[in-house]
Amino acid sequence: MSDIQDTTDRAPAGAGPAPRGTTTSRRRFLKDAAGVAGGAGLLALGAGLYAKQASALPATAIRPPGALAEADFLAACVRCGLCVRDCPYDTLKLARLGDGVATGTPYFEARDIPCEMCEDIPCVVACPTGALDRSLTDIGEARMGLAVLIDQETCLNFLGLRCDVCYRVCPVIDKAITLERVHNPRSDRHAMLLPTVHSDHCTGCGKCEKSCVLPGESAIKVLPAKLAQGSRAEHYRRGWEEKDAAGGSLIGEQVELPVRGLEGKAFGDTRVGPGEGPGSAPVPSSAPAGLDSGWKP
Amino acid sequence: MSTPAVNTSTTTGSLPPNSIRGAARRGVLARPGLEAIENKGWLRAHKWLLLRRASQLGILALFLLGPWFGWWVVKGNLASSLTLGVLPLTDPFLIVQQLATGQWPYREALIGGGIVLAFYLLLGGRLFCSWVCPVNLVTDAAAWLRRRLGLKGGKAPAAKTRYWLLGFVLVIAAATGSLAWEWVNPVSMFHRGLIFGFGLSWGIVGGIFFYDLLIAPRGWCGHLCPQGAFYGLIGRTAVLRVSANRRSACNDCMDCFAVCPEPQVIRPALKGVGQDHPLILDGDCTTCGRCIDVCGKDVFRISTRFDRSES
Ligand code: SF4
Ligand code: SF4
Ligand code: SF4
Ligand code: SF4
Repeated sequence: MSDIQDTTDRAPAGAGPAPRGTTTSRRRFLKDAAGVAGGAGLLALGAGLYAKQASALPATAIRPPGALAEADFLAACVRCGLCVRDCPYDTLKLARLGDGVATGTPYFEARDIPCEMCEDIPCVVACPTGALDRSLTDIGEARMGLAVLIDQETCLNFLGLRCDVCYRVCPVIDKAITLERVHNPRSDRHAMLLPTVHSDHCTGCGKCEKSCVLPGESAIKVLPAKLAQGSRAEHYRRGWEEKDAAGGSLIGEQVELPVRGLEGKAFGDTRVGPGEGPGSAPVPSSAPAGLDSGWKP
Repeated sequence: MSTPAVNTSTTTGSLPPNSIRGAARRGVLARPGLEAIENKGWLRAHKWLLLRRASQLGILALFLLGPWFGWWVVKGNLASSLTLGVLPLTDPFLIVQQLATGQWPYREALIGGGIVLAFYLLLGGRLFCSWVCPVNLVTDAAAWLRRRLGLKGGKAPAAKTRYWLLGFVLVIAAATGSLAWEWVNPVSMFHRGLIFGFGLSWGIVGGIFFYDLLIAPRGWCGHLCPQGAFYGLIGRTAVLRVSANRRSACNDCMDCFAVCPEPQVIRPALKGVGQDHPLILDGDCTTCGRCIDVCGKDVFRISTRFDRSES
């Protein structure tokens, strides 16, 4: 760095009482130095702006388990690929220029090869820089993204079939993903078992997305949490949670009227069990708008 | 073919010494080193070049054994690697950038960076450039072609630009909180590309080749590359140095100036400008040893910074 200091150190001296000849040459020297510095600065600025602009991560690119928050990750990851090398399933790859992911950083695409949730998390162990955080020791705690059943129009279970594949392959089955049984209004005598992801257990491994049987695009996709989740409205108190926390109703016991056809079920539980179900009277066309859009899968 | 060539070198050799720099800059010598081949034989006149290529390609091969043949001697790339599962090596240039962003890396990276730093501090920072960096193959090829095609002119930015760029790279890392230079760094892109796949990075490598060939002679490595500048700074105190210890035998043929990637470093040692000893102490010297090869009078040799002897 001494060269740089030299030029800056000499700058004030040049303005001092120097003979005329050297002043001109110093002035030229300063002008040259300014030009050099300006050029280098512009080059670096260009790189910086490009980096900022190119740092947006496509929604389908998922970081390895334990990755720091994206901004910190881009400061820590030196793009060495050691995590890639130690992934036994070739899940991870280093982004190449043109892939749309910060060049050289590791990522995977779940529909391509998902993360197998190795118990010993070798990718995290391999990372020398801390871009993958070693405080992650239980792969179940990983949050690479969040699965979202993104297309209810093509998901076979939403059509009333029993595909269930995404549910069955989930390494955190019955916690990260459950099948929620609801009445099938189309046939009116069957149930639909809707794959439902729960953010407190889903690791974002992408096995569900990988194994969705639809040709081409999957109906369930792992997305970055930022895209997959709304922000919780903290000012809404959830009555049932408050009630649990307080160990009883805060406003005294309420009379809960049974719903016809759903007697014996918890209040608000509209799922249909075997042998249950309301009378099959169709929704009258005079029903208030917005109650039932009449949408049929 | 060799007779007219010797003539060329003798005619140019009779130029007055004060035109050396200008002549070298203009690149009047299309084929430097012919006299050396004549005197020492082809092999000895290419000794350091061959060793250097062996080192560059050998290191690359070590990295490629894994992905190509499944024999994992070295994992990773020049940014950070693990050899035989025990030896971590990390590029200190990256660690410095990382620290500028405010990130503190894990111990492995720090140890690895320390080992690499110690190696280059001791032996010569820009050994990295001439013995390890894959981009050197590209820029050497461009310089060679430029000489052979007799391309003249072009304008390189000032050689100090790289130090400014190095400074700004760190400033930008701090300002954006990310390793911004790594988005465009051709050095890491090229090495990573060879090992992990290129994508469009070929474009950047090709850009450097044509920049050096057509626009700026020795433009990238000699004037712009902040990574080279970083290693140049490290090399200020290095022990291994080139010495012009038989400089009295110099016949001003200027072959050394024509092949040197940093010709400005030779003059003080060879011509005694601003110093009396024959050591090339400038940190910009990459210790590539090409001057030793091409000198028909055996003026240069590799020595240490403590050896000021002359013969
Ligand atoms: S947890 Fe296993 S499968 Fe998943 S990315 Fe890491 S090494 Fe690969
Ligand atoms: S091992 Fe760490 S530093 Fe290296 S590429 Fe993977 S995340 Fe980045
Ligand atoms: S991504 Fe899918 S398979 Fe993986 S944990 Fe979440 S729901 Fe289960
Ligand atoms: S100057 Fe830069 S590109 Fe050239 S050899 Fe050195 S590190 Fe590599």
